[in-house]
Amino acid sequence: MSFVQTLIGGNKGSFKPESLTPMQKLTLRYVVVGLVYYAFAAIEGMIMRIYQVKPISFIPPKQYFGILTAHPLVGIFGSTYMLVFGAFLFLVPMLLKKPLWSFKLANWTWGLITVGTFTFWLDGFISHYAPLYTLYWPLPADFNVFHPLSGAIFITGIALIMVGTLLFVLNIFKTITYTPDGAAPVNGKLMLLDSLGFTGLFNLFRGRRRNQEEDYLTPLPIVAIARGTVDTLFNALIITGTGVLILIYMIAELMGHSLRTSAIDALLYKNWFWWGLDLIADGLVLIYVAGVWYLLAMLITGKKLFMQKWARAALALEMVVSWTVWSHHLLSDQSQPAILKVVSGEMVTAFELITTGLAFFITLATLWSARPLKMTNPLKFLIGGLLGFALAIPAGIMQADVGLNRILHNTQWIIGPHVHVAILVGLTMTLYSVVYFLLPILTNGAELWSQKLANLHFWLHLLGGIGMGGFMGMAGLHGMLRRTIYYNGEYEGYMWLAALSGSLLLIALGVFLFNIVMTLGLRGAIGVFKKSDLDARELLPQ
Amino acid sequence: MKSAVDSNTVLWGQTIIYTAYVLAIMALMAWFAYNIVRTGPSKIKPAVFYAFVAFLVTTGVSLHIITYNTIPWTKVDLHGKNTPTAQQFEITVADHKFQLPSERLDVQCGKLVEFNVISKDLTYGFGLFRSDNSMVFQMQVIPGHDNIIKWNFLKNEVLSIRSTEYSGPEGSQMIVKDAVHVTGCTK
Ligand code: HEM
Repeated sequence: MSFVQTLIGGNKGSFKPESLTPMQKLTLRYVVVGLVYYAFAAIEGMIMRIYQVKPISFIPPKQYFGILTAHPLVGIFGSTYMLVFGAFLFLVPMLLKKPLWSFKLANWTWGLITVGTFTFWLDGFISHYAPLYTLYWPLPADFNVFHPLSGAIFITGIALIMVGTLLFVLNIFKTITYTPDGAAPVNGKLMLLDSLGFTGLFNLFRGRRRNQEEDYLTPLPIVAIARGTVDTLFNALIITGTGVLILIYMIAELMGHSLRTSAIDALLYKNWFWWGLDLIADGLVLIYVAGVWYLLAMLITGKKLFMQKWARAALALEMVVSWTVWSHHLLSDQSQPAILKVVSGEMVTAFELITTGLAFFITLATLWSARPLKMTNPLKFLIGGLLGFALAIPAGIMQADVGLNRILHNTQWIIGPHVHVAILVGLTMTLYSVVYFLLPILTNGAELWSQKLANLHFWLHLLGGIGMGGFMGMAGLHGMLRRTIYYNGEYEGYMWLAALSGSLLLIALGVFLFNIVMTLGLRGAIGVFKKSDLDARELLPQ
Repeated sequence: MKSAVDSNTVLWGQTIIYTAYVLAIMALMAWFAYNIVRTGPSKIKPAVFYAFVAFLVTTGVSLHIITYNTIPWTKVDLHGKNTPTAQQFEITVADHKFQLPSERLDVQCGKLVEFNVISKDLTYGFGLFRSDNSMVFQMQVIPGHDNIIKWNFLKNEVLSIRSTEYSGPEGSQMIVKDAVHVTGCTK
C-alpha cells in the first residue's frame, strides 16, 4: 500500500469503523478528544517553556498567566478526565459483564466535558482571565484586574465539566448496582458496599475465616474505580460550590453591586478548596492509577494479583488517607494550626508513600510471577508509568515536611519532579499503556502501523518527561519560583535544558498521533464520529 | 538555634539524597525491564513483601523525625508562637506593593528576628533571596490573618524580598531589591 493509501484507508485497510458498536465508537471519541486536549496542554506548556528561557515580547504577562491558568485545567479536565472516564465507561461493563447503565448519559458526559473545556479555554485565551487553578481568595473575584463577565464565562465552562462529571459518577455507580433486563437480580446495596471495599471490613467484625477472593462480589479493579469515583464526586461538589460562590460575586458586580471580598475568610476558603482540589491528586489519581495498574498486570499476565488481600486493604486505607491529607498544601501558611500541619500535612501524607508503594510492589510482583513476558507496548508503558510515580511520590513526601516546605513551597521543585513527573511520566504513561492495550479491542483488531514509531514514542516521552521534571527541580533547588516571570535570564541554563526536554515530549506526541492516524486512516478516524447501527448495549460486536 | 545549617546546606543534603534515590530506582526499573522478558525464578516470597512494607513505614516515619531534629527552623515554626525575638519588623502589602517600615531592614546575625507581613487585599507570598537568587525562606501571606515568621540569620549578606505567591499578572514584579542587610556575624 502506498503512503497516501495508508494515510486515508489505514494500515492494510484493517480498521473498519462501520463494524464498531456504539460503545466502541464512544470510547474512541473519548480517546480522540482526550488526545486533542493533551496536545492543547502540551503546546501551551511548550509556549511557557520558551517564555521561561526568555520572555516572548509579543506575549504580554497577562496572556502568559492566562495560558498558565488554562494549561493545567485543559490537561486535567480536557485530557485526563476524558481519557480516564472513557476507559472506565468501557471497562466497568466489561469487568462486570453487563451493559453500561446509560449510553445516553455517557454521551452527555463526553459532550459536556468537550464543550466545557473549549469554553473556558477560549474565554481565557481572549479575555486573559487568570486566577490560576488554585483560585486563592479573593483573586478570582478581584475585579480591578479581571472583568466579571470573562470570569463568569470561564466558571460556566468549568461548571459544564462538573455536570458531565456528576453524570459519569451516576453512570458508574448505577452500572455497578443495577440489574439489566432479563438478567438474574443483583442486590444493589451489597454490590455498592462491596465495591467500596466494605466486605473485607464486615467479615473482620463477623469473625469470619480469612477472606477468600470468592467472598467478594466485584473484581478488585472495580473496587479501585468505585473508591476513586467517590473522590471524583466530592471533588466535583467542592469545585461546583466554589464556582457558585465566585459566580455570586461576579453576577452582583455585573448588576452594579460590589460585594465585600473580606466577608469570606481567605484561610478557611483555602482549606476547603484544597480539601476538594486535593482529591484529584491524592484521591482520584492515586486510587484510579492503582486500579489501572492492577487491571493491566492481571490482563498482561493472565494471572491473579499478588497479595490481593493487601491490595484491597490498601484501597480501604486510602479512604482515610485521601480525605485527610489536604493540609500538606498549607505548610507555609503561618496561621494554619500546627496540629493540622503535623497530623494531616506530614503524618497522613506519609501514608501515601505506603499505599502507593504497596500498589507499586504488588503490580511489579504480579508481572514478575509471569516471567518471561513479551515486551509489548502496554507492558513497556506500564513500567514507565510505575517508574514515574516511583520518582514523583518521594519528591512529594519530601516537600510535605514542615522543615523542607519552608524552602521548597512554590518553587519549581514542586511543579517539576513532583507534579509533572507524576502527571507526564506516571499518569500519562499509564494511560498510554491502556490506550495501546485497548486499541485492538476498540478497533476490532486494527494493526499498529509502526512498532518502531511506538518505541520512539516511548523513549522520547520517558526521557522528555523525566528530563523536564529534573531540570525544573534543579532550578527550584536554586530558588527558582513557579508562577512568576524572570526577566534577566536568571535561570536560563536550566530553562534551556527543560525546554529541550519539553520539545521531546511534544515530538513524542506527534510521533504517536502520526502512528495512530496511519493505523486507523483519516477515513477511519472520521468514521468514529459517525453513528453506529449496532446495539448500544453490546460492548463488542457479537 | 546556634546551628550553622542554613537553607543551602539543607538543599544540598536533599539534592544528594534525592539524586542517589533517582539513580537507584531507575537502575532497579531497568533491571526489572531487562529480566522480565527472560526466564528464571519468578516466585516472590511474602516475606519480601512484608519487609518492603516495613521499609516504607520506617522511611515515612523517620523522615519527619530526622528533619525535625536537624533542620534548625522547624521547632520555632511549629511551636515558637511565644518564643521571644530580638527584632520585629512589620511589613504591609497592598495593591501589589510591599511597604517596609524603613527603606533598609538591618538584621542582627544569630538573633531571632520576627517578620509580620500583613496583606490589605490579596493572597501574596513573602520570601527572602540571596544575591544568587537562592532562597532563604518563604511564607504565604493571607489577608485577614497573622503571617508571622521568626528567623535566625547566620551569615552577613544582603537579601532581596520577593512575593512568592501569584497575586495576578502584576505579582511577578513584586521585588524589593537588597532590602534586608544581615550584619554582625563573626565568620
Ligand atoms: C506536555 C508538556 C507539558 C509541558 C512542556 C508543561 C510545562 C509547564 C510549565 C512551563 C508550567 C509553568 C510552571 C511555572 O509556574 O513556572 C506548567 C505548569 C503546570 N502544568 Fe504543565 N506542562 C506540560 C503538560 C502538563 C499536563 C498534561 C498537565 C496536567 C494534566 C500539566 C499540569 C500543570 C500544572 C498543574 C501546572 C501548575 C499551574 C499553576 O502553578 O497554577 N502540565 N507546565
